Amino acid sequence: MDFFGILVGILIEGLIYSIVSFGVYITYKILDFPDMTVDGSFPLGMSITATLTLMGFSPIYTLLISFILGIIAGILTGIIHVKLKVGDLLSGIIMMIALYSINLRIAGRPNLPFFNKDTLFRNDLFISIFGPNNRPITTIVVLLVIVIIVKILLDLFLSTKRGYLLRTVGDNETLITQLAIDKGNIKIMGLAIANGIVAFAGSIYAHDRSFFEISAGTGTLVIAVSNVIIGMQIMNKFHNIKPTTAVIIGSLLYRAVISIAISIGLEARDLKLITAILLLIILILNKFKSTSKVVKR
Amino acid sequence: MIELVNINKYYNPGLITETCVFDNFSLKIKDKQFVSVVGSNGSGKTTMLNIICGSIPIDSGKIIIDGQDITNKKEFTRMKNIGRVYQNPALGTSPHLNIIENLAIAENKNKSFNLSKLYSKSDEERYKELLKGLNLGLEDRCDIPMKSLSGGQKQAVALLMATMTDIDFLILDEHTAALDPKTADIIMELTDRIIKQKNLTSIMVTHNLRYAVEYGNRLIMMHEGKTVIDKEGSEKENIKVDEVLKKFTEISIECGN
Ligand SMILES: Nc1ncnc2c1ncn2[C@@H]1O[C@H](COP(=O)(O)OP(=O)(O)O)[C@@H](O)[C@H]1O
Ligand SMILES: [Mg+2]
Repeated sequence: MDFFGILVGILIEGLIYSIVSFGVYITYKILDFPDMTVDGSFPLGMSITATLTLMGFSPIYTLLISFILGIIAGILTGIIHVKLKVGDLLSGIIMMIALYSINLRIAGRPNLPFFNKDTLFRNDLFISIFGPNNRPITTIVVLLVIVIIVKILLDLFLSTKRGYLLRTVGDNETLITQLAIDKGNIKIMGLAIANGIVAFAGSIYAHDRSFFEISAGTGTLVIAVSNVIIGMQIMNKFHNIKPTTAVIIGSLLYRAVISIAISIGLEARDLKLITAILLLIILILNKFKSTSKVVKR
Repeated sequence: MIELVNINKYYNPGLITETCVFDNFSLKIKDKQFVSVVGSNGSGKTTMLNIICGSIPIDSGKIIIDGQDITNKKEFTRMKNIGRVYQNPALGTSPHLNIIENLAIAENKNKSFNLSKLYSKSDEERYKELLKGLNLGLEDRCDIPMKSLSGGQKQAVALLMATMTDIDFLILDEHTAALDPKTADIIMELTDRIIKQKNLTSIMVTHNLRYAVEYGNRLIMMHEGKTVIDKEGSEKENIKVDEVLKKFTEISIECGN
């Protein structure tokens, strides 16, 4: 593969996964909740997008509906954890497994292409702006705009009163109770927003690939957690950048490492193995720095 | 008024580790009373505070606040008019937020946590004035994360936060125990000032007998889930540290520690 091709790949995948990582930043970093639901809500966005696109819905609707369905998935994980008192990891796994079947139901089969349909990146509007043969540039520009909008919205939300509650519940949930607020509801809200964002990213991924594939969600959490941790390390080095900016940089860096690994001879089928080993290395390196933050009563 | 009526509380019922903390325990705390609670370790002081706040369930009995039975109310709803400060200074604040942000979320208690901005420039000035009043130099350290402050500074902020809104009750569980003696004195004086200013009904568990005798208008000593000293009014005013210490030694010997 040529250098330009590799760079385009890094940017596209890196940008899409920065959106996924915004969601996982909320659960993993803010809520201290390793939410496996994302392995199901990412393909949820894909399956609903493929199905709706084939039915003739325009890309905007597929994004919106993916977002809403992701929110519902997050709420359900939250209810399983908060109200039914199932552990955090198991709650996510239960929802992930349930979503596997739901995604098959939505799409009707394990993979569903929509190559000849208009997509978010391939439509009359963008062809008239960027020209017919500039697919990579179109995709990167559109993705950049979306990533920046999502980042700004998330930053804004985190600086509202409600956003501060979310930030506090992962830091010190006793304080939330002292504020006379049900901490469970705040956790459910965090999971809802996170999975909404992840399903939204899944929809974008489907638009880029023009297909749904049931196994596309496997490893979503592992990749996104890696991105978030790399991002947080960057943030510790350069104090003045926002966590969301750090997450974008982390996602791009991570993708670059994966692409380099592939370009020096590792095969695509080794990808999940590389992903797993990379996260393990990141976690071990991270162990040496004290990052514990949760206050227990 | 806080009333505990015939409270029974067991930990781990039915297990070999079963512990009966309260057997038909009753206590009334009148409005505007400032109660110091002392007692040996394991006598049930923290458990009593947890029962009042709803942090733990009880096996039977009633908890009544201002005539209203709140036995079945959840902890977070009870906190509407209760402020609480723990022994661990980290529990009262959000470690990754700075002092201003912490004070701002505390002041928003019982209001809507909506999508508006957390605080304005004028709020910030107001908080800084408030911090100046503490004389801990905190007004110059407003923009560093809470976790980088000392235990005493954290506890001072936690105390401000717990009492920022219109609460009726203040619950303090050994809130000076983790601090050095000088800082403890500062926090204790601040506590007393706030309680008087805001006319709060307060319960303060402490291991410092001098605080228990000097501050407050009622003193309770607990032992094995019962009150063994309970003095208020002029009786409380005339009580001496020695007297409390003597009783304390008595019950400690009885326990063998
Ligand atoms: N969560 C718990 N599980 C089991 N036993 C407990 C628990 N908390 C307290 N206890 C027991 O209950 C008794 C009273 O404890 P506590 O109220 O913490 O005492 P104090 O605050 O007066 O030192 C002690 O015997 C203690 O061991
Ligand atoms: Mg105690």
